[in-house]
Order: sequence, then structure tokens, then C-alpha cells
Amino acid sequence: MSRRVMLVEDEPNITEAIRFLLIRDGWEVETHADGTDAVEVISSAKPDLVILDVMLPGKSGMEILTELRARDDLQGLPVLMLTARGQSRDRDLAEKAGVSRFMTKPFSNSEVLTAVRDLHAQATQT
Amino acid sequence: MASLNVLVLVCLGYVALLFLVAFAADRLAATGRSTWLRSPLIYTLSLSIYCTAWTFYGAVGYAARSGLEFVTIYVGPTLVMIGWWWGLRKLVRVGRSQRVTSIADLISSRYGKSNTLAICVTILAVISVTPYIALQLQSITLSFSIFAEADPNNSYNEIASVFWVAAGLAVFAILFGTRNLDANERHHGVVTAVAIEAVVKLIALLAVGIFVVWGVAGGVTDTMARIDASEIGQWNIDRGRWATITFLAAAAFVCLPRMFQVMVVENDDERHLRTAAWAFPLYLLLMSLFVIPIAVVGLDLMPEGANPDLFVLTVPLSQGQQGLAMLSFLGGFSSATSMVIVAAMALSTMVSNHIVMPIWLSSRGSGASVSGDVRSVVLLARRVSIAVIMALGYFYYRLSGGGAALAAIGLIAFAGIAQILPALVGGLFWRGATRTGALAGLTVGFVLWLYTLLLPGIGGEVMPAVVMENGLFGLSWLKPQALFGIDGLDPMVHSVMWSLSLNAAAFCVVSLFGFPSPIERLQAAQFVNVFEHSAGPRGWVGSVAQSEDLMIMSQRILGAREAQVFFHAEAQRQGGRGHLPEPTPMFLQRLERELAGSVGAATAHAMIGQIVGGSSVSVEDLLAVADESAQLLEYSSQLEAKSDELSRTAHQLREANEKLTQISLQKDNFLSQVSHELRTPMTSIRAFSEILRDTEGLQPDEQTRYATIIHDEALRLTRLLDDLLDLSVLENGQVNLNMGEGMLAEVLDRAVSTAMTGASREMRILRNETNERIPVHSDLDRLTQVFINLIANARKYCDATAPELSIRVHEVGGKVVVDMIDNGSGIPRDSRKLVFEKFARVSAERAGGAGLGLAICREIMQRLGGDIIYLNGHQGAAFRVSFPSGYQLAAQ
Repeated sequence: MSRRVMLVEDEPNITEAIRFLLIRDGWEVETHADGTDAVEVISSAKPDLVILDVMLPGKSGMEILTELRARDDLQGLPVLMLTARGQSRDRDLAEKAGVSRFMTKPFSNSEVLTAVRDLHAQATQT
Repeated sequence: MASLNVLVLVCLGYVALLFLVAFAADRLAATGRSTWLRSPLIYTLSLSIYCTAWTFYGAVGYAARSGLEFVTIYVGPTLVMIGWWWGLRKLVRVGRSQRVTSIADLISSRYGKSNTLAICVTILAVISVTPYIALQLQSITLSFSIFAEADPNNSYNEIASVFWVAAGLAVFAILFGTRNLDANERHHGVVTAVAIEAVVKLIALLAVGIFVVWGVAGGVTDTMARIDASEIGQWNIDRGRWATITFLAAAAFVCLPRMFQVMVVENDDERHLRTAAWAFPLYLLLMSLFVIPIAVVGLDLMPEGANPDLFVLTVPLSQGQQGLAMLSFLGGFSSATSMVIVAAMALSTMVSNHIVMPIWLSSRGSGASVSGDVRSVVLLARRVSIAVIMALGYFYYRLSGGGAALAAIGLIAFAGIAQILPALVGGLFWRGATRTGALAGLTVGFVLWLYTLLLPGIGGEVMPAVVMENGLFGLSWLKPQALFGIDGLDPMVHSVMWSLSLNAAAFCVVSLFGFPSPIERLQAAQFVNVFEHSAGPRGWVGSVAQSEDLMIMSQRILGAREAQVFFHAEAQRQGGRGHLPEPTPMFLQRLERELAGSVGAATAHAMIGQIVGGSSVSVEDLLAVADESAQLLEYSSQLEAKSDELSRTAHQLREANEKLTQISLQKDNFLSQVSHELRTPMTSIRAFSEILRDTEGLQPDEQTRYATIIHDEALRLTRLLDDLLDLSVLENGQVNLNMGEGMLAEVLDRAVSTAMTGASREMRILRNETNERIPVHSDLDRLTQVFINLIANARKYCDATAPELSIRVHEVGGKVVVDMIDNGSGIPRDSRKLVFEKFARVSAERAGGAGLGLAICREIMQRLGGDIIYLNGHQGAAFRVSFPSGYQLAAQ
């Protein structure tokens, strides 16, 4: 049972922190820092779960999510979205686009871990 | 011998009779049963006031002195009546359609209601006619004196008699002419009395003539023989004088105020002119028929030195014909009184309307609008004017001594009044004639007439002999009776030639070079084309067709239903059936009032006038309509302006709203950006501090590294907050500039060293230090801040393998310009505008900045009175900072 996570985040320090947490928890972590080709990268890597930042260079997290959900093979992919723009409007938009879990930065490390575990468990049960 | 008392009694009785006739005629006219009063015969006879005492007595004297020349006085009017009746018809039509009250009114009305012109004509008329009135006084006095000489019982005082005659005539004129104020200025009573006097003077002259021919000379054949034997029977023609006097008589016939009064103002029907065209010349012929026989027989009968002016009286007296003499006296008395009364009436109308009333009205301000009030003032003004005019005549007689020959005074008056002719005829037939032209012509003619004829005629006291001999100011070409060196002419011919020709020339030239005002153009069209603008002499006949037209018009103005209701109600009020009332005056009045509520009084009046016909629309009506339209226009333009203003306000509100929305959006975006920029370092800080706290068995190098990250991100947070505060202060304008002096080179040194401290990458800075020796008066710290920002940006973003930044300085027009150009790939063209916006980040690479730097730079440069722009046309990123050097300012 694979535990591969794709982290799409452009802020290197945040990437490093999440990467450290997930590896410690036994996950395989791939990272990507650009929004432009994120959908293709995800589609070819076929991770079990995606952690997606909203403000990305090239293409926003919302667009990437919408494109992922439009594809048959990636419809059920669990997506945890992280945003630094603490606006409720963004949460609504993300839920409409089909986000699996939405979290606001700064987050607590345990919350992120719990969320990743839950989402992965839900995905594998169904 | 008839005593003087009898004569006075006869006179008084005659006057009383005339008064009764006039009174009866007025009463008859008021009741409307006065068709015979309006007959062409009465009109023709009233024209005979042309024949004054001058003609009655003076023609015989004239013939006795100058032979047949007296005929010219009769030929002039005859020529006008027969040859120019169409011109008279136009004059009468204009006078009636414009409701003019005098010749001054006509001239003023033609030339754009100019009261200045009216005053000029009035003064000219008063000055011309005053001697003429004096002449009548003289003739009556002389005729009295004839009877007085024959009456040894009476001590006759000439001066007193002139005074009483003048006073009597004034009372007479006041009683006749100003008993009431008629809107049309028509005086049926006066006209009828004048007509009776015309008959009396004709009969008197004919009676004397018949007596002389058959009673004294012994029949026609003998009389002709006497004439042939006499000198005055010779056709001794001075062509210049004949032509001039004929012309003058013709001009005076048209222009004399009293002739204008009876011919135009008192005219009831212009068709009467047709009768007068043959009847009046016939009257003149009869009046002149016995002039030569009386003169010839008088010269034979009377002793040497007898006044030929009085032959008409003295010849019958010398033959013991008391009754005939009395009749002759009455004839002369009639001639004098009728002339004086009508002339005084006409002049008083002019004086009161154009001089007294304007003065009174302006002195009263705007308060004088009560009609009854004005009415009594007008009557009073007329009466006083008559008295003043008579007084003027009296004093002229007293001053001139009454010695001059009657005919000479008459001709002087003719020449004066003829000065009106160019303006009158020009006004009737030439649309281009202007007010200033008329004024110029009148002035020139009047002055020349005064200088060449009237003043020399009065005598040496008024016109010094030196001037007569040597000209004015010693200039020989200004000699009154030989202007411009033309000598040897008869003074009368000379004066008329110069005054009238220069008058006409001035009138034409000034008119041609001038430009008529709108009201002058209107009036010119109304006068010149009077036959197209006014209806003929037919009376107004109402018809149902007019009611229909009125209905159609009213529907347009009042609205269909309202008009129908109004017309129906009016029809019922008239007791008729159907929906259309008869167009009775009462109905028309009510309709006018109804329409006036919608379109204004003047417009309503003009519209009804158009449909009902009758009278044409006058210029006053048109102007009033124009006024109303102007008011409407103004009102609607005010409305338009208001609506414009409203839509402008709405537009402004919309713009303000859009701006607010935009600002609110910008604020949201800004807050969102700020939130993002704050949360990002906080996320790292929280995540790594939790890792440090919760993770067991961390390697020391890992611990150090994560602590460093936390430290860096904390610094980033601080920087961000500093920038935000800085920007906020700069944007709100609360910043205090710390102005100081220094050299630009030093500022750049400091900036470069600060920006390059701790830099991980090397970057070459290219500078030309000699160019940088520019003294600067500015906030040096802020300026340094801007340069640090730019150098740091170049250091961070320049993507060349061997990064270089060249700093070029020059000074132009009191401005210091600093260009900073790196050798990287620069900023994409479409992003160049955005770099100065807050949180703008062009490159995908994170470089630790929040994107506020350039925004802050721009704010700073604007505070310092300079600017920062992206410099196009370079390979790498290029920024230009410019600011006023300010050392001149500092020097001051």
C-alpha cells in the first residue's frame, strides 16, 4: 500500500517543513514549486494524495484543482489545500471546485498530519 | 363804416358757429351716424388748410410784387395730387396701418421707433412752423387794423390785438383739438369745421374776384385789357426760382405737419384720395382764379404805397362794399384760424408724444402705468404744448416786428419743412434707408437751412453783417448766401439747392455705409411693402370659416378636448346651435384671453389677428411674440441646463461609486496580499518551531538550520511590517522630509555599500564619479533608500552570469537624472507598468521581497518632487530616477 504524497508549494521553507513532517510519518514525498505544469506533473506521478498551495506562480491552486477534477483518472484524488489568504471566499471556491480538505496557514503540524492520514484512509477504504 | 366792435362780434359769432359745428360733428361721429362726415368732399375741403392767410391775402400781394410767380405755390400741390397720388396712397396706407399720429411719429416709426429722430423732426417742425403761425397772427392783426383805421371811434392797439388773437386761437385750438383723446388721433369735429372754413374762404375770395372783375373793372374783356397793360401780367419767368418754389410747395404739401394731419392722420378711407386727386387741384384753381385781376385792379385803384397783401380787403372797402369786405375778412380769418388750429394740434401731438411724455415717463420711473393717470397727463401736455406753440408764434411776431413780407416767411417755412422729404420718401421706397442716414440727412439739411435762409432772413441781429459779407470765421466759402463760392444765385434757390442736395446725399451715403438694426429692417419691410403687408380698405367680415380656422388653431394650443368644450360653451352662450360660435368681438376677446394663458398675450393676439384678418400683425406684435419666445427659450434652456447638471451629477456619482468600488476592491486585494505575506513567514516559523519542540532526536545541524530559518523568517516579517508602515506613512503624506545638502556621489557611495553588504552574489557596479559631483538639496536618507532598493533589486533579479549595474548620472534643466541599468534580461514589456504597484512580483522566483520596494520608491520620489520610471529601450532592467537638484533653491 503506497503512501505517496505530492506537495505543490512555492515557498521553500514551508516545503521543507512539510516534507520533514511527512517523511518522519513514513510518507514518500515529491515536491513541485511551479503552478504552470502542476497538473501534468501530478497526472504522470499519480500520487495517493496532493497537498496544494493556492498562490502559486504561473497557475493558481484553484485552477489546478478544477483541472484535476475535470480529468477522469484524477477525480477521486484526495487534495488537501493550504492557503495563506485567510478569506472565507477562498474556502467556498475550493469546496465548489471539489477540494477534499481546506486548511489555512499557519497550520499546526499535527493537524496537517491528521488530515493527510484521514484523507488517505478515506481514499483507500472506498 | 362797420365799427371794430361789430367786427369783433362777427368774429366771435363765427367762432361760436364753428365750435357748434365741430361739437355736433363729434357727437355725430360718436353715435356712428356720420357717413357724410366721412365723405370724400369733406376730406378734400379739409386739405384746403394748405391755403392759409398767406395764400388768401399773400397771393395777391405776391402777384402784385412778382407777377405770375405766385402760381408756383398752387402748381406744386397740384402736381403732387395728380402726378403722385400713388405715393400719397402709400403714405396714407402706411399711416393707417402703423397708426401713426404725426409726421414725426411716422419718421420715427419707419426708422426703428427712434425717438431721437422724432425729436429732431419735432424741433425742425416747430422752428419752421413758428414763423408761419406768426404770419397768420400778422394777417389777422393787419386785417383788423384796416377796419380800425376806418373806424375813428376806436383807439386800436396793435400789440394788444396780436396778443388777444394769439390767446384766442390758443383757446380755440385747445377746445377743438384736445377735447378728448381718441386712440386714432382723429378729430371729426375739427375736420368738419375746417371744411366749412374752406368753403367760406373760397366763397369770399370768389366774391371779391367777381366784384373786382364785373363790379370794378367792368367785365372780363376790360379786365384782360388791364392785365395786359400791367407789368405783372408779363410771363417773366426766373426758371431757377420757379422750379425751386414749385418743388418746395410740393414738398411742403406732403411734409407740413398740418397737411400730414389732415391728409394722413384724419383720413378715414384711402379711396378719398381718388376724389381729392381732381377736386383739390380744382379748388386751388378756383382760389387762384382771381388773384391776378385783384392784384392788377388793386394796383390801379389804390394809392401808391398801399400794402398789396391787403388788396382783398382794401379794394372792396375803397368801393364802399362793407358787406363784401366783411365776407373777405371772414375768409382771411378762416384761412388763418384753420391753419393755426390744425398746425397747433399737429405740433402739440408731436411735442407731447415725443418730448414731454418721454421726459415725464422717465421722471416718473416705472410707476406710471395707470392708464387714466397717463391720459390726463397727455391731455395736459397737449394743451400746454398748444399754448407754448402759440406763445412762440406771438413772440416771433413781436421780435421780427411783423415787417417782412408775408410770402417770404411762408417760403422760409416751406424750405425748412422740406428737409424732412428725403427721409420720408426714402423711408417709403428704399428698404436700405437707415436711422443714422435719416438723422444725418435731417441734421445736415436743418443746419444748412438755418444758416443760409432762416437766420439771414430774420435780420442783422441774429446773423452779423460780417458773417454775411465774409463768411463764418472769415472763410469766404462759408458765406451764408454764397456757399462754396457759388455766388449770384437767388438766396432761396441757393439755400434750397444746398440744404436739400446735401441732406439727400448725407442720407443716402450714411444709409449705404450703415447697417440697419433688426427692428429697422422689419419696419422698412412694413413701410416699403405696405401694400403686401396690409389689408385693403375693406371692412372686416366675420364668417363661420374663420371660426373653423380658430377652432383648428385652438385645438393645437389648448388641446382637442379643451378647445371643443370652450367653443361649445361659447356657441351656447351666443344662443346658437352647433359647436361653432360666431366670431363676434366678445368671443374673440375671450378666446384671446384663453390662448394667452398658453402662449402669451402677444402671440395669442397675433395668431387671432392672422386668422380673422382685418389688421395685419404689427411690428410691436411681432416683437412681443419674439420676446415671449425668447422667454420660453430661456426657460427651456434653463430646464436643459438643469437636466444637464443632473445628468452630470449622476455621472459624477456613478464615477465616484465606481471609484469607491475599485478602492474597496483594491483594499480587499491589499489586505489579502498583506495577509498572505504575513502568513507565509509565520507558517514557516510555526512549522519549524513545532518541529524543534516536538521532534525527538534531531541532529544538531538540523536544529541549527531550522532555528536559522525561523530567525530569517522573523526578520522577513519585521521587514515587511516596516515596509507596510513606511508605505502607509508615505501614502498618507504624513512623512516629514529631512532636507539636507550633500554631493550625489556620496549618496550613491552609501547606497552601493549598504545594498551590497552581505550579498551572496558578486555584482560589478559601473560608475563615472566625475559626473556625480552634483550638489543635492533633498532628503538624503530617503534618496539613499531609493537607490539601495534599486541596487538590491538588480542584485537579486539580474540573471546575467556576470551581473553588472551601470549607474549613469547627468543633469538636465535643473533636474538630476540617475539611470540604473543592469545587464540581465530585463522586465517583460507588459509587466513594466506593474512593477511600481504594491505586491507586484514579476519573476516566478521568490527573492524574499514582498513586492513593496518599488511602490515605496515611487512614493518617495513623488514626495521629493521627482519621479521614478522604467526606462525602455535597454536590454536589462533599467530605471530612471529624476529629482530637482534644488541647490539654487538652497542658495536662496
